[in-house]
Amino acid sequence: MENLIGLLIAAPLLGAAVLLCGGRRLDRVGHWIGCVLAGASFVIGVVLFAHMLALGGEERTLREHLFSWVPVGGFQADVAFQLDQLSMTFVLLITGVGTLIHVYSTGYMEHDERRRRFFGYLNLFLAAMLLLVLADNYLLLYVGWEGVGLASYLLIGFWQHKPSAATAAKKAFIVNRVGDMGLSIAIMLMFTTFGTFAFGPVLASTDRASEGVLTAIGLTLLLGACGKSAQVPLQSWLGDAMEGPTPVSALIHAATMVTAGVYLITRSGAIFNASPDAQLVVVVVGAVTLLFGAIVGCAKDDIKKALAGSTMSQIGYMILAAGLGPIGYAFAIMHLVTHGFFKAGLFLGAGSVMHGMNDEVDMRKYGGLRTYMPITFVTFGLGYLAIIGFPGLSGFFSKDKIIEAAFAKGGTEGWILGGVALLGAAITAYYMTRVMIMTFFGEKRWQPDAEGNEPHPHESPKSMTIPMIVLAFGSVFAGGLFSLNEAFVKWLEPVTSFEHGHSPLSAGAVTGATVAVMVIGVALAWAQYGRRPVPVAAPRGSLLTRAARRDLLQDDFNHVVLVRGGEHLTRSLVYLDHTVVDGVVNGTAASVGGLSGRLRKVQNGYARSYAVSMFGGAAVLIAATLLMRAV
Amino acid sequence: MNAAAAYTTSTGEAFQFWVLAVVAVVGALCTVLMKKAVHSALCLAGTMIVLAVFYLANGAYFLGIVQIVVYTGAVMMLFLFVVMLVGVTAADSLKETLKGQRWLAAACGLGFGVLLLAGIGNASLTSFEGLGKANAGGNVEGLAALIFTKYVFAFEITGALLITAAIGAMVLTHRERTERAATQREQAEARVRTGKQVPPLPAPGVYARHNAVDIPGLLPDGTTSELTVSETLRARGQIRDVSGEALADLAALEQRAEARLGRIERAEEAGK
Amino acid sequence: MNPVNYLYLSALLFSIGAAGVLIRRNAIVVFMCVELMLNACNLAFVTFSRLHGNLDGQIIAFFTMVVAAAEVVVGLAIIVTIFRSRHSASVDDASLMKL
Repeated sequence: MENLIGLLIAAPLLGAAVLLCGGRRLDRVGHWIGCVLAGASFVIGVVLFAHMLALGGEERTLREHLFSWVPVGGFQADVAFQLDQLSMTFVLLITGVGTLIHVYSTGYMEHDERRRRFFGYLNLFLAAMLLLVLADNYLLLYVGWEGVGLASYLLIGFWQHKPSAATAAKKAFIVNRVGDMGLSIAIMLMFTTFGTFAFGPVLASTDRASEGVLTAIGLTLLLGACGKSAQVPLQSWLGDAMEGPTPVSALIHAATMVTAGVYLITRSGAIFNASPDAQLVVVVVGAVTLLFGAIVGCAKDDIKKALAGSTMSQIGYMILAAGLGPIGYAFAIMHLVTHGFFKAGLFLGAGSVMHGMNDEVDMRKYGGLRTYMPITFVTFGLGYLAIIGFPGLSGFFSKDKIIEAAFAKGGTEGWILGGVALLGAAITAYYMTRVMIMTFFGEKRWQPDAEGNEPHPHESPKSMTIPMIVLAFGSVFAGGLFSLNEAFVKWLEPVTSFEHGHSPLSAGAVTGATVAVMVIGVALAWAQYGRRPVPVAAPRGSLLTRAARRDLLQDDFNHVVLVRGGEHLTRSLVYLDHTVVDGVVNGTAASVGGLSGRLRKVQNGYARSYAVSMFGGAAVLIAATLLMRAV
Repeated sequence: MNAAAAYTTSTGEAFQFWVLAVVAVVGALCTVLMKKAVHSALCLAGTMIVLAVFYLANGAYFLGIVQIVVYTGAVMMLFLFVVMLVGVTAADSLKETLKGQRWLAAACGLGFGVLLLAGIGNASLTSFEGLGKANAGGNVEGLAALIFTKYVFAFEITGALLITAAIGAMVLTHRERTERAATQREQAEARVRTGKQVPPLPAPGVYARHNAVDIPGLLPDGTTSELTVSETLRARGQIRDVSGEALADLAALEQRAEARLGRIERAEEAGK
Repeated sequence: MNPVNYLYLSALLFSIGAAGVLIRRNAIVVFMCVELMLNACNLAFVTFSRLHGNLDGQIIAFFTMVVAAAEVVVGLAIIVTIFRSRHSASVDDASLMKL
């Protein structure tokens, strides 16, 4: 059964290889090859899941050692896989949602002439992400990590003929590199500290390292997680990544890529547990990102960018939960899974809307679409209810648990974190309601595009609606299913460990507060957008709104601090190089040259002259010998 | 000399040494200081012969003979050949061109000599073994025994060296012909084409009386022909011109003939 | 007389030869001076052979002679070759070993 683990990765990897190397002759069937291999991976995942369920709780970790990768003395890197409950959750999410997105893409990308290549990249993305979650050591995880970075670069820049897409791809790649550097430093620190980077030995021997080292490892791991999961301060790539095709956005936001950071922190839980300082930084990053993403999401008129802000915010919830330690890991992953369902549903819905609206993304030019796209409306609506935490739907269970765990952190911290999480919930309800109302309710605000084509909103083909329906089911039921009898927490407990937090507020009070703030958020949005007609041109807005439209000045900050600062630094370094370094080098060269010019005169080319020096030298040698004998 | 260890040589050898040593040193100095390479070579040959005598005096009979045969006989003759080849007349100007070279060389030579002499003087060499025992079975036999046993590899390698040197010398002095040699026919055609002295050059000498190469032949009118003598001799001014003498002889001959004829005529007149 | 005097003579001849190598410009004379130096050495070897009472010194002198003969052959060939190309036997004319 363990042999199947390799196949999980091999199937999409084979798909990528076949599709990318196969050439034009696969153009007509390429997308089906991609779907079938992604589906095959999902089927293998399900088989393994069934196998795992049959085993006892502690025996559920499956291992497969493929080959020894870099056996050099004390440096032993293996290509080996570890499939435990945490990995299994991710595998099912990645392959399940990934397959649905594949199917959806067959419709969405139907008219794109580079569709085969697109599916190749999608398969590559899945393979890299699976490698990331299945690796049994940090080095192999890093390979998957970089593979995810590569695949995201290729997919975000898929429409590379658009300069904005090419730039966005580069931005995502470069910002990710910063995070990757953090992860690589963390791996090096692990190796110097523990002499290995396999999960088992590293995580089991955290007591062998000093807290300072663990904090350093934790912070560098967090830096890596920030890069991949678009957390403050490495969040700037996520919004621009919307330049990619919508299925890519769905894949990045729901099933792969951004979840990698949460996985990394949860997987390295032992390190964070042993370093409260690192944990504190994690929760702060999570809380800040939670609010940051939510505020950005409120101001965006671009439907995909509003959803992107929402993703950032929701991942902030997960990071926050993961930073809480054993009381939060399970809920972080649970929210990750439910979020995977409803965010994929929302993105696919958004894609479906765009598909019907001539690729218009400005929500101010939508309005009243519910009658034109009933299926999209219903599935999107269910996703919406799930994300705002409507009681009974997926998001409600997972988010409520995180807020509860935040309060359970204890002390002032707990109150602050809980408050932030509640505030985030309110803002989430506000901006999601805004998106919902602007898109599906109110009057039609469609306008002919630049070429004068009036959009004719229509429901998308079955290949697109079926995945949305499936995901809507997940959005509705997943949370309840997981919470039933605490099934999900028990499932993950052997891996992440779990303890009940002791909240200063009762569970009922937290739930009540969550629902209350959700209602307030919805009401506010309704008051602002539902009762009044939405202006087609965006109003000037308050200072905060304008800042939020510019992603809270993240790019301006980066430009001023990093770009300008970097320019100044390089200029001064160039000056230093020209004056000091070149001065030393040129001075040495000049003095050597001058000396050689003088010494050269000795070399006059006359053999007799050379003979004199030889003879003189011999005389000196004999004199020295005699002198030494005399002495 | 047959004693196990002697302290002095015979008086005869001492006398020979002091006389010949002076000759050797003078010869060496002349080698260095003579202006013409030929003279240098001759002086060196003299020094080598003196050295050969010293070898003999030192009991190295074989080497003494080899020194005479190989050095003065072969090597020095080779030197002389080359001297002739590259210009026997090219006197080497003793004017120094390199600045300070002569002083440096003299200083080095002098200093080196002093150092060597000091080194030898420093060594305690008061007694000597002599070669009586070593040469007991004959000097040549002794050398042969050593060469073919102890030094056999050195000997073989030296043989290889000699062969290599011989081949090397041939390679160095060999000149590859870059164009086809002209055939006799081509040479003849070229000579006709230039139109200059197609038949063989006329022979020197006058009639049957002079056949020396330094006497130009006479043309029918009695003047000399330039073509009959070597240009080299003419350039050296070593041509004997006998044309005047021959003309005078001719005139005398004619006069005598006429005188005889006249006498006959007078006799005829007297007969009348 | 002590045979050491032969050694003094040898040193003297060697030094004269060396000075000649340094002073003379005619390559052939330079060569002759080298031969003079070699002969001086041979004299020293032969004398040492007598001083020590064995024939090894003579053997070395013998080998020196052979090598010197080989050297003369090659050296003179080189001189002839140089003379052919440069029409001069002066060692100063072959002074291309400089910048």
